[in-house]
Amino acid sequence: MKLYEYEAKQLFSLYNIPVPEFGLARTPEDAKNIAQKLGGKAVLKAQVLVAGRGKAGGIKFAESPQEAYELAKKLLGMEIKGEKVNSLLVSRAVDIERELYLSIVVDRSVGAASILSSSEGGIDIEELAAKSPEKIVKVYVDPLVGLKAHHVRRIVESMGLFDEQKKVLQDITLNLYKLFVELDCELAEINPLAVDKEGKLVPVDAKVIIDDNALFRRKEFAERASAELSEFEAEAKKHGFSYVELDGDIGIIGNGAGLTMATMDVVKLYGGRPANFLDIGGGARADIVEKAASLLLKHPNVKVLFVNVLGGITRCDEVAKGLVNALATYGKGKRLVVRLMGTNEEEGKRILSSAGISAFDSMEDAAKKAVELAKVM
Amino acid sequence: MAVLVNKNTYVVVQGITGREGSFHTKAMLDYGTKVLAGVTPGKGGQNVHGVPVYDSVYDAVSKHPELNTSIIFVPSAFASDAIYEAVDAGIEVVVLITEHIPIHDSMKFIRYARLRGVCIVGPNCPGVISPGESKVGIMPGHVFSKGKVGIASRSGTLTYEVAHAITKAGLGQSTAVGIGGDPITGMNMIDMLEMFREDDETKAVVLIGEIGGDMEERAAEYIKRCSYEKPVVAFVAGRTAPPGKRMGHAGAIISMGAGDAESKIRAFEACGVKVASTPAEVVKLLKGALRIG
Repeated sequence: MKLYEYEAKQLFSLYNIPVPEFGLARTPEDAKNIAQKLGGKAVLKAQVLVAGRGKAGGIKFAESPQEAYELAKKLLGMEIKGEKVNSLLVSRAVDIERELYLSIVVDRSVGAASILSSSEGGIDIEELAAKSPEKIVKVYVDPLVGLKAHHVRRIVESMGLFDEQKKVLQDITLNLYKLFVELDCELAEINPLAVDKEGKLVPVDAKVIIDDNALFRRKEFAERASAELSEFEAEAKKHGFSYVELDGDIGIIGNGAGLTMATMDVVKLYGGRPANFLDIGGGARADIVEKAASLLLKHPNVKVLFVNVLGGITRCDEVAKGLVNALATYGKGKRLVVRLMGTNEEEGKRILSSAGISAFDSMEDAAKKAVELAKVM
Repeated sequence: MAVLVNKNTYVVVQGITGREGSFHTKAMLDYGTKVLAGVTPGKGGQNVHGVPVYDSVYDAVSKHPELNTSIIFVPSAFASDAIYEAVDAGIEVVVLITEHIPIHDSMKFIRYARLRGVCIVGPNCPGVISPGESKVGIMPGHVFSKGKVGIASRSGTLTYEVAHAITKAGLGQSTAVGIGGDPITGMNMIDMLEMFREDDETKAVVLIGEIGGDMEERAAEYIKRCSYEKPVVAFVAGRTAPPGKRMGHAGAIISMGAGDAESKIRAFEACGVKVASTPAEVVKLLKGALRIG
C-alpha cells in the first residue's frame, strides 16, 4: 500500500528524520493560512499516488499567501493521470544546492533489504540505474543481522559530504532503516535528499510503501487501504476475490492467479481484450461463484463473460450452479463462455447444458469462442 | 528417484486441526502419502483422520523419529513461528502453503532455513508431488502421473493445467514443485533446476513463470552459464498484465519498470529455452525437445 507524501513525512517526523515544515490543505483557505504561518513563501504539492506529478503540473511555488490561495484553487480538484487531487501539501520551500538519493527496498532477488544511495538524486532511480549505474551504491542488509555501522559508513562516505553533514546522514540512514523494518515497508525512499544553500540535509520528497500482507498488524493504514477502492474493487474485496480492472470487453474469471493471468493472455493472443482479472481462489462454492459472475455481468464494459475453471479443490458442479444462478439474474444482453475441467466435471457440464450453456474442454478453444462473440456483439 | 519428496518422505502436518489442514490431510492420506503426525498447540492427544495430534513438532519428532518433512497450514500471523519450530526440531523439507505472510517475516525465516540447510518450499504455494510416491501439498493428485518431466512453477492451477496436458500426452512427471507466488520464496527456479539436473528420472524440465521480479531471468542465465544438459521449456503468465497492479499473487507485479513478461520470455529465448505461447503448447514443445511424436 502506497502512502501519500504527507503521510510518509509524518512517519519521517515520528522517526526523527527532519522534514521541512508543512501543513495539509484541503481548501484554498487552508493553503493561504499555512503559507502565512510559513512566512509567506511556500511550495504547494498535489497529494496523489501516481508518479510524475511534477511534470504534470502538480507542484507550484507561491511567493505570498494570496498566491498560495490562487494556486491551491487551481490545483485542488484537478486530475493527474486520472487521479483527482483532494489535498495539497503546503511546505516551506527549500533552496536546493545539490540533490542526493537514499532508499531502502525489499530486494526480491537477494531476499534481503537493500539500501540504495547516490550522490546524484532528483531523478528516478530507474533512470539513474540505466544511465550511470556506477553512481549508485548498493548495500545489502542481512535480515537476521540488521543494519551495521560498516553499512552506514559505506553509504555516508560515498556522498561527498562535510563531516557535520555526514553525521546527519548517518542518523537519517539509521532512522530510515528503523522505520523500514518497524512499519513493514516494501520501500522507504527519500528523493531528493537535498543539500540546501546553508549546507543542511533536507528530505524534500518522501515515498513509503507498506506491505499489504502486514496490514493486519498495521491497523492505522488498513482502514485507508479499503477506503480507496472503486465500487467494483470494493465489492470484489468484500468477497475475497483478487480483482484488477482493465479496459477491454471480455470479463475473465479463473481459479488461481496464474491460470487467470494465462486466460487473459490467451484471450489477447486471439485478438480479444480482457475487461478485468478476477481470481475466485481455491475451493469456491456456488454462492461465491455466483457473486463473482454477477459482479462482472453487472459491469457496463463486459459483453462476454469467460469463465475458466480447472477443478482441484474447486468443484465443477458448484461452479456451474453459481454461473447458472448469476446468468438468470444478470445475464440479459450478455454472453457466457465456460471452460470446465477437473473435479466433478461431468456433473458441472450437465448443469450447464440443461441451462442451455455449453462448456469447452480446452481453454484455447473457449478463448477463441469468447473473442468471436465479443466481436459480433 | 524424484526430488524433494519421495517414498521415504514422512510428513507432519502443522495446523492439522484447522479446516484446510484436516481436509488436505485426508487427501494426502488417500494419495498414499505417509502422514505420521499432526501438530496444533493445545490439541495434543486428539486425532485427525486417524493421524495423532501433538502439541509441538518436538513432541511429534520424539514419537516419530522418521519424520523429515512438514507441511504448514497455519494462518499467516502465526506461520513464521511454525517454520522456526519445524527447522529447530530437525525437519529437512518444509512446505509452506500459507498465503499473505508479511515479507519482513519471510525474509528472515527463509534466510534462517538456508543457513540450517533446510529446504523451504513456498510460501503461498500448492506444495510438491512426486507422482506415485508422495504428495505433500494441496494439488489434485489425479492430474499427475509418474513420468519424466520435472515441473517448477510460481502458480498453482496453471501447474495443474500443464501437468494434466503432460499426463494426457503420456509423458508424466518426475516431480512437480509449486515454488510459490510470493516475491521471496524459499526455493527458486535455479534451486529446482539444480535438483532436476541431478535426478536421473527427470529427462526434461518445465518452468512456469509469471510477471514480477527476475527469477526467470536468473534461471535463464543459469541455464546458459552451466550449459544445462536437459531440455527446458517455459511458459510465462501475464503478457497482458498492466504495470503496477498486483495480479492475485503478492509477487505478480510489474514494478519500477521491471518484471514484465516480455523481458522473461526474451531472456529464456536468448538462452535456448523454448517458450510456449499457450499452456497447451508446452506439451508440443516438450515432445519436440524430447524428439517424440
